[in-house]
Amino acid sequence: MSHDVTERRTESQGNASEASHVRFRATGFNPKANPIAAWGFFVVVIALWQLGSSTGFISELAMPSPVAVTKALWQLIITGDLWRHLGASLQRLVGGWIMGTVAGLLVGFLVGMFSWARSPGVAFVSALFPIPKIALLPLFIIWFGIGEPSKFATIAFGVFFPTVINTFGGVDNVQRNLIRMGQSFDLSMWSVTRKIILPGALPTILSGFRISSSIAIILLIAAEMIGAQYGIGALILAAGNLYQTDQLIAGVVVLSLLGLCVSWLLGRLDRWLLGWR
Amino acid sequence: MRLQIKGICHSYDQVEALRDIDFGIEPGEVVALIGPSGCGKSTLLSIIGGMLTPTKGEVLICDQATPDGCLNPLTYVFQDFALLPWRTVAGNISLVLEDHGLSKTDRDARVAEVLEQTNLWDFRDAYPKQLSGGMKQRVGIARALAVRPAVLLMDEPLSALDAQTRILLLDEFAALFARTGMTAVYVTHNLNEAVRLANRVVALRRRPGTIKEIHTIDIPLAERCDGMPELVAHERALWNLIRDEAIAADKELENVA
Ligand SMILES: Nc1ncnc2c1ncn2[C@@H]1O[C@H](COP(=O)(O)OP(=O)(O)OP(=O)(O)O)[C@@H](O)[C@H]1O
Ligand SMILES: [Mg+2]
Repeated sequence: MSHDVTERRTESQGNASEASHVRFRATGFNPKANPIAAWGFFVVVIALWQLGSSTGFISELAMPSPVAVTKALWQLIITGDLWRHLGASLQRLVGGWIMGTVAGLLVGFLVGMFSWARSPGVAFVSALFPIPKIALLPLFIIWFGIGEPSKFATIAFGVFFPTVINTFGGVDNVQRNLIRMGQSFDLSMWSVTRKIILPGALPTILSGFRISSSIAIILLIAAEMIGAQYGIGALILAAGNLYQTDQLIAGVVVLSLLGLCVSWLLGRLDRWLLGWR
Repeated sequence: MRLQIKGICHSYDQVEALRDIDFGIEPGEVVALIGPSGCGKSTLLSIIGGMLTPTKGEVLICDQATPDGCLNPLTYVFQDFALLPWRTVAGNISLVLEDHGLSKTDRDARVAEVLEQTNLWDFRDAYPKQLSGGMKQRVGIARALAVRPAVLLMDEPLSALDAQTRILLLDEFAALFARTGMTAVYVTHNLNEAVRLANRVVALRRRPGTIKEIHTIDIPLAERCDGMPELVAHERALWNLIRDEAIAADKELENVA
């Protein structure tokens, strides 16, 4: 055998003049993360923005400079206005999200696990899911009044549907063989639910939290713009009415930071609950 | 525990999977189920363990004797291991002990005992994704042993593994069965596994699945080894038994696809 191989090798060396390299063909389609580029791009955009404002290329009224936005934000902080607005918003956001999530998890599990709940549940959710939930705010105002409850209800309602869909999908996606394994070892129904179905559905449920939290923020701002004294949405609307674009953009920046915080928190939750992945 | 399988017939909507299956499983005996793809081996094993209700017929427990501390008389070992990815090796084993009123100390003692038996002690805190296929199936075995089963029901436990690991685990199974005198039903495609492990081999015919022959191998498990001429002869005999069925199965699959 080895003799054979040697012989063949010598033969091919003999033809070395005609040999060419194998061309590498697997370039590209493999993007990699680069944190320096990420931050650098951010800095460059803000610098260009400031430059545009300073030279008058960007009108101060249409788009206040980063410096002006920072000043407006600082004003909001030292006057305490920011905390009043942010506090009101956070209460609605957290309260509404929790109500919608708890109800959604409950219904999602029922639909996922029980035949009697499945068809009615799926029909119900499919019919109501496509409604833009903000359209129901006037109805909720009639039911609950213009105050806080109608805002909670709008957010909760908006969060409820994606949570149901994700929970139900998560339960459905739990590997059947794991459930059968549990049953074959005579685990109780409750044990199978708690120790196999719940953890198995958790990744899908948690990824649903990302969707439902961003929906909650959208509904929060919309509801606050329709009728609220305090809240980031109210702040932005009022600033717009007064052409205080610096304050308006400051409010938007606060929203962006709020979104980042929520996503960071969910990331921590993921790592804590799904460490096994 | 002695099981008697009586007149089992099973049909899925259109497909008649099993017809008139009758045989017994004696205490301390390993019965292999062989037959071509789709002849109803898995269906039969599910029926034996109470995971599927047959269309007709019954599985009787003729003698209730179970090992000391038995928590789950009919216990499966799965082809795809069926381990919970969010539990460690030890956690996966203790899962099946948690619903039976054992104290934590008792549970831990049992987990430790089977971990030692299967040489998994050093892996007790690993998660399934960190383990090789062979290790995962050892966990599957350890989990099954932890409940001190009366009958082990194994559905192609080696077929998800690579050829080398399969040889290693086959030896371990043979040693385990020889040492413990475990009663088992062992479903396999692989005739070599059947002749290494089984006291009797039930060969099934397909569509509908019926018993073609029950082949007895009269060599004590402890005296068997790989490549032993008598076993090779048995393997040849089994192959002659199911060869035509296998060819038919192969052709039929082509037609269906
Ligand atoms: N849930 C099901 N619904 C309908 N038909 C099924 C179902 N499960 C199995 N069958 C059919 O019943 C027959 C027997 O299936 P079974 O899985 O028991 O065979 P098997 O001998 O275990 O096959 P394999 O060797 O491929 O594992 C097959 O023809 C299969 O297509
Ligand atoms: Mg099968």
